[in-house]
Amino acid sequence: MLTLQCPYCGVEAEETELHAEGEAHLKRFGPGSSDDDFEGYLFMRENPKGVHFERWRHSNGCGKFFHAARCTMTLEVFGTYSAQTLEPPQEIKDKISAKYPGWTWREFA
Amino acid sequence: MSKAVSALEGASFEGFAKVEETGLRGMITVRGDLDSKEMAEAVKAVNGAEMPAVRKIVHGEGGSVAWMSPDELLVVCAYEEADAKVAAMTEALAGQHALVVKVSDARAVFRISGEAAREVIAKLAPVDMSPAAFPAGEFRRSRVAQVAAAFWLNEDGSFEMICFRSVAQYVFDLLSISSERGGEVGFLN
Ligand SMILES: [Zn+2]
Repeated sequence: MLTLQCPYCGVEAEETELHAEGEAHLKRFGPGSSDDDFEGYLFMRENPKGVHFERWRHSNGCGKFFHAARCTMTLEVFGTYSAQTLEPPQEIKDKISAKYPGWTWREFA
Repeated sequence: MSKAVSALEGASFEGFAKVEETGLRGMITVRGDLDSKEMAEAVKAVNGAEMPAVRKIVHGEGGSVAWMSPDELLVVCAYEEADAKVAAMTEALAGQHALVVKVSDARAVFRISGEAAREVIAKLAPVDMSPAAFPAGEFRRSRVAQVAAAFWLNEDGSFEMICFRSVAQYVFDLLSISSERGGEVGFLN
């Protein structure tokens, strides 16, 4: 059972109080973008065994979207953070680096 | 105007804890900047309550105010007073980016009382219901079995639970089954 702390209400929410909302930090490519960018935005997703960044929603709770950094293999949670950001906080990246030196995920490392 | 009735018209069940539908209750959803001076003043002026802290409910002489999310409050008051409160709060928040709307008739309210009231809820929601983790004044939005609900603990040891009116019967049945005699757990009380 996955437990994530909602950064908005502080609840240690177990999985059934949450809804998975896909990959984190997607950049939208809409009208006027190239076919490749549009395809990438719509369909191309990371599927790592290891470090991953996701969007979650505290659906049975305060209702807010937030981000989570975790390991898909061990289910270790490195941290959760605000949705109002374009990249993971340094503190969480440091925490991941301590455990998995040299990790990368999309443009982050 | 038609006569307003609550979802289950006061249905009750007595097991190792008591479950009652509490009848008509005024409820107002307020959204806006909870950190603003105007919001604090509006809440205070209309309900006599201070702004609740995160996941808390504060009781004023005019109504109770619960923290729903970083930009949302729920005012709980007497059913007949909701319209006047909506008008007063709307006026107090004029010019602010805020929303005040009456939701009384969209909801149902239950009271769960008795020594083991905590256990009735602990069986249904993924929430730590121990006295240390859930003191009086705590307000929690979560789920009970399959549906969304919110509940708080009063000073007298009773819990009150809010759900959508459309699932009132379901929630009443859940609470009743959860408090059936023979189903005591004896861990939290
Ligand atoms: Zn939350």
